[in-house]
This record gives sequence, structure tokens and C-alpha cells, in this order.
Amino acid sequence: MAAASAAALLVAGCGGGGPQSGGDSKLTGDKIVLGVLNDQSGAYSELSGRNSVKAVELAIADFKAKYGDKAVTKDITVETADHQNKPDVANSKAQEMYDRKGVDAILDVPTSSAALKVADVVKEKKKLYFNIGAATTDLTGKSCNKYTFHYAYDTYMLAHGTGTVTTEQVGKNWYILYPNYAFGQDMEKSFSAAISAAGGQVVGKDGAPFPNTSGDYSSFLLKAPTLNPKPQVLGTMQAGAELVNVVKQYNEFKLRDKGVGLAVGLMFITDIHSLTPAALAGTTYTDAWYWNFDQQNRAWADRFQSETGTRPSFAHAANYSAATQYLEAVQAAGTDDADAVVKGLEGKEINDLFLRNGKIRAEDHRVIHDAYLAQVKPQAEVGEPWDYVKILKTIPAAEAFRAPSADCKL
Amino acid sequence: MSGFLQNTFNGLVGGAFYALLALGLAVIFGMLRVVNFAHGAFYMLGAFGAYVLLAEAGVPFWAALVIMPLALGLLGMALERAVIHRLARLDPLYNFLFTFGLTLILQDLVKSRYGVQSSPYATPAELSGTVDFGLFDFPTYRVFILGFTVLLCVAVWWVLGRTRIGTVVRAATERPELTRAFGIDVGRWVTPVFGFGIALAGLAGVLAAPMRAVNPLMGADLIIVVFAVVVIGGLGSIFGSVAAGFGIGLVQAWGEAYLSDFPIVSQTVVFVVMAAVLLWRPAGLFGREEAPA
Repeated sequence: MAAASAAALLVAGCGGGGPQSGGDSKLTGDKIVLGVLNDQSGAYSELSGRNSVKAVELAIADFKAKYGDKAVTKDITVETADHQNKPDVANSKAQEMYDRKGVDAILDVPTSSAALKVADVVKEKKKLYFNIGAATTDLTGKSCNKYTFHYAYDTYMLAHGTGTVTTEQVGKNWYILYPNYAFGQDMEKSFSAAISAAGGQVVGKDGAPFPNTSGDYSSFLLKAPTLNPKPQVLGTMQAGAELVNVVKQYNEFKLRDKGVGLAVGLMFITDIHSLTPAALAGTTYTDAWYWNFDQQNRAWADRFQSETGTRPSFAHAANYSAATQYLEAVQAAGTDDADAVVKGLEGKEINDLFLRNGKIRAEDHRVIHDAYLAQVKPQAEVGEPWDYVKILKTIPAAEAFRAPSADCKL
Repeated sequence: MSGFLQNTFNGLVGGAFYALLALGLAVIFGMLRVVNFAHGAFYMLGAFGAYVLLAEAGVPFWAALVIMPLALGLLGMALERAVIHRLARLDPLYNFLFTFGLTLILQDLVKSRYGVQSSPYATPAELSGTVDFGLFDFPTYRVFILGFTVLLCVAVWWVLGRTRIGTVVRAATERPELTRAFGIDVGRWVTPVFGFGIALAGLAGVLAAPMRAVNPLMGADLIIVVFAVVVIGGLGSIFGSVAAGFGIGLVQAWGEAYLSDFPIVSQTVVFVVMAAVLLWRPAGLFGREEAPA
């Protein structure tokens, strides 16, 4: 009895004076609004899209449950918009979110060209932006700014993980096939650099038309085994439906039987689902997070599945994590003032659902964390739906991402 | 040498799809004077139908190869009776807009049910090997596509060239007014011909399912090239569409194989050929110039 009343006093004492108390008007409009801006109808809508909005809603629910009456506010909502992968649409939707919808932080924004436009907007508006869906290293390079954080992955991480380990373990000679536009050319350069650093060589590389209207890659696939020296690895940088075309035709021409293995630049669990593990068995790629990696991931994946009917991709988990970390930072600062929140986030070391050994680098706002080298299982080893890969190796956070770039001046 | 033969073979396989789609467009345009913008959507429905039949009812590829063209052909006939037929009396722009709108609706219906991610479809086991041609080996499925399409084109050519139905359809395609003047009921043949064109698109879709990404936009990507093929062959020319289909397939394959250092060239070669053909023969390679009014 005495202990209980003492505890009650203690709680009252803590909650009474500090800036963390609920109802304090340090928040604009006394509420927090998160904005999820991504592709909701096109090529990237399955790997992120509307289900990322669900992930952010889960983060809000968890935050409210954790802090209860002590939460900085109970009024936390999500705004969402479809940028259709178009930079100009992303630009105007971002402005609308910040100016008229009262959004405090924008999340996700796949497609590099659209992501860079939003970075320009936040620089001017001085509002927060956590990019998850885009791969370009320019977000933490020449286009970096104080209010932009790059969360899940980038071209360096993909190339470094897959390029290095595949060169060491599968074969030194590579043939690289890439879609001939900004993303593909970036990926080709990053992979070539990682391969030669690991002691391998690129014996041939070709830029395929983008978009490839014929859907045919056979001239490249026929060429690969005839090169001298013969490549042991075909590295494909195609994404989405184009990746599906390459892999189907890779299997048709039986390149694996001819001694040419397959490495994929960027792949999501949703891609493996549509190609089936049988079509991809043995393929290696770098993953930022895998739903069946451990108990913590699995438990969250179960919750996610009961909400959405499907297993989460790494983009979904990263959206959950970014929303959580933003809310925690606002809670700690007691205000949604962007400069105060940035100060709280910079240099912070984090372990959560998505970030393992995570750290928000103060120098360039790259959020680093452990990455994983994954290999697609043969069909016979797939124990349950969506359990398509095994993790070959954990790449430590410090190695997984590049050192801060000299191009970035916050 | 074997590399050249392989690329040539691939060009013919790619061309087979163009030929099937262009042939359907050509007979429809010839008989109805309708540019069917929904052709790519029916190609997509063929592939998706095969996927749904397999995934949800366990119907194999071979059955889908018969069921989907028949089903889509009937759907096409119903569509012709219900809408296209009525709009045909108005400005051609109305059918142009209708088929374009129909494409968007069909794509979004499939998208809302199955998403934009590609759906899995495996090559039938009996065709998943390779055939050894001595100089080189080649995927069995591709050999099958080429053989099947050539047989089908020969069969269509035989029906059109050697039967009475074919004579009527050819006459009605080339000179509809004159054919009517001979007392032939051209209108009777319009609906089946439209259905037949749509069935060919569906058939091409089923054939594409094992080797291409099956998703709601697969037809939209392909149809641009097919329109170029039809224009090169000569609008409404049946032989021209098939010849141009295989020809463009070859040009694309050779372009990708031997001009890959100049990606701009290999991406645009089809349209460069189209522009050149139109400058040289404004009615297309096998089209007939309209008599000056």
C-alpha cells in the first residue's frame, strides 16, 4: 500500500514539470502529422506503396501504447499521396503536404529522380524527410541537406555487398547487364568498382534499352557465355518487370547449366514471389532486412500480415522504423521544431526492428545498419509461403555503407 | 556464324509475336476501318487468363492455348456487336477513343485485382529443354513458338487465299464498298473477323506468358512497336503485317546484338525503319496507295 502510493507520487512528480507532458503547446497545432509519399499504382507499389502507410500506422499505435498519457501528443495522423514515380508530381505533392496538410515529416519516396526533387523541397521548407525507397547515393552526396535522412539502402550498399561477396565466393569474371538510364548506369559503376576492389574483373558489360519495349534480352544472354574469358557471374541491374524478363530468359537459355551464375543488383521479396523461388534458386543479392531473420522480425511480420495479408518487404519495415524514430525524437525534444529534432537524431545509435547496430551519421545523415547477403533457396527448401531466402552473411554496419562523401555539405 | 544464326532465330521468335498481333490489327482495320487501341490489352488478358487458369483451376498451358483465344474471341464479338458496331457509323475518332479508354479500364481492373507485380508462369515441362541444331542449341519453347506461329500464319493464308470465306473477307478488306455493290453481305462478316483478330491477340498473350513478365502493363509496352509494324507493312494489308512483323523482329535482334555500343540506335531502329519506309512508300511496304480523289 505504502509502496504503491510512493510510486504514484514518483510518477506524478516526473510528469508534472518536464516539457514532455501531454497537452503542452510546443507542437504546431498540438499534433504530429506524418506524410507517406510513394508509388501507389505503378511498378513500386507492391514493394512499398499503401502497405507502407499501414506500417507507419503500426508505428503510431506502438508509440501511443508505449507512452500512454505521457506521449507528447495523442493526436498523431498519417497523410498519404501517390507520386506516380514522377519527379514533378513528387515535388508538388511534397509542397502540398508541408504547406497545406500540416505534415511534419515525409517518409519513403521511391524512384531516385523523385527523391531528389523532394530533397530540394525540404531544403527550402526546413522540414524533415526520411528517404527509404530510393537508391541514389546523391541523397547523402552532392544533394544532401540538413533535413534529409537516407534510411534503408543505396547503390553503394547493394554493389558492395553483392559485388564483393559474389566475387570472392562464386567467381571473379563478371558480365554486367544494366538498364541504360541513371539508376542502371549508377549501379554498373558501383558494381564495377566493388568487383575490381575484390580482385575480380568485368569482362563485358552492356546497357540494354530502357524501357525495353521488346521485352527481349536474348542477344545479351547469348553473348554472355561466348565472351573470353568466360564470365562466371551474370550481374543484372534490371528491376521490377524487366528483372522478371531477364530471369525468365536466363533460365530459358540455361545459362546456369553453362556455368554462368546469376547475381541481382536490386531485388525485393515481392520480386521473388512473382518469379517463384524455383526460377531464382541460388541467386545472391543484398537485402536490407528479412522478415524471417529472427524472432523479433518474425513477430512483427505476423502483425503486418494480419493487417495487410502479405509478408513485409524491407521497405515496409524501414518505414515503420523511420516513423518510430521520428516520434521518439519529438518525444525526447518535447517539440516538433525541425532543428531541435535533427539535433536529437544526429549521431544517435539505435537498435530497433529494422536498424541493427544502427547509427544516424551526423556527417551526411546516412542511416547505417547491418545489411545481409541473401541467397534464394531451392524450391524444395522453402518451408512456408514467403520464406524464400537464407541469409549467408551479415555485413556489419560500418562496412555495408560508404564513408561520408566529401561532396556532402550539410 | 553460330552467333549470327542464334540472333536471327531470336529475331524471328520476337517477330512471331509482332506478326500475330499485327495480323489481328490488320484484319480488323481492313474490314472495320477501326484502329483497335485495345489490342495490347487483349494480349495482356490472354497472358493473365493463362495465369489465372493455371493458378486457380490447375488448367495447363495447352488447354489455355485453346480456351483463352476462344473466350477472348467471343468477348471481342460481343464487344463489336454492343459498341464498336454502333460507333463505326460516326467519326473514326469515337472508336479510337473508345478502344483507348477500354485499354485503361481493362488494365486497371486487372491491376486492382492482381496488383502490378508480375505473376509467375512456368514454361510447360515438355517444352523446357533445349533443341540441338548442331551449330548451336536453342530453347525448345522458342522453337515451338516459331513453328506454331508459322503454321498458324500459313493456315490463315490458306483460308484467306483458297476458300470462299477468304475471298469474301479479302474483297471486303480491300474494297468494302465495291464488295457490297456485288451483293455480298459484308456486315455479316464484320463481327466474326473482329472476334478473330482479338483471338489472335489472346493467343499471342498465352504464348508470351512463359517467357515474358505477366503484368497489367505488358501489352501497353509492346503495342507501340506493333503499330509501327502495321504501318510499315501497310495499313490493312494482311500479308504486309506478317512480313513486317518478322522483319522488324529481325531488325531489332540484329540491332541489339551488333549495335549494342550505340544504345540510342538499337532503341530507335524500328522507328527509323518506319520513317524511311513512309518516305519511300507512304502507304507502307505492301499497302495500296489510295486513288487521288
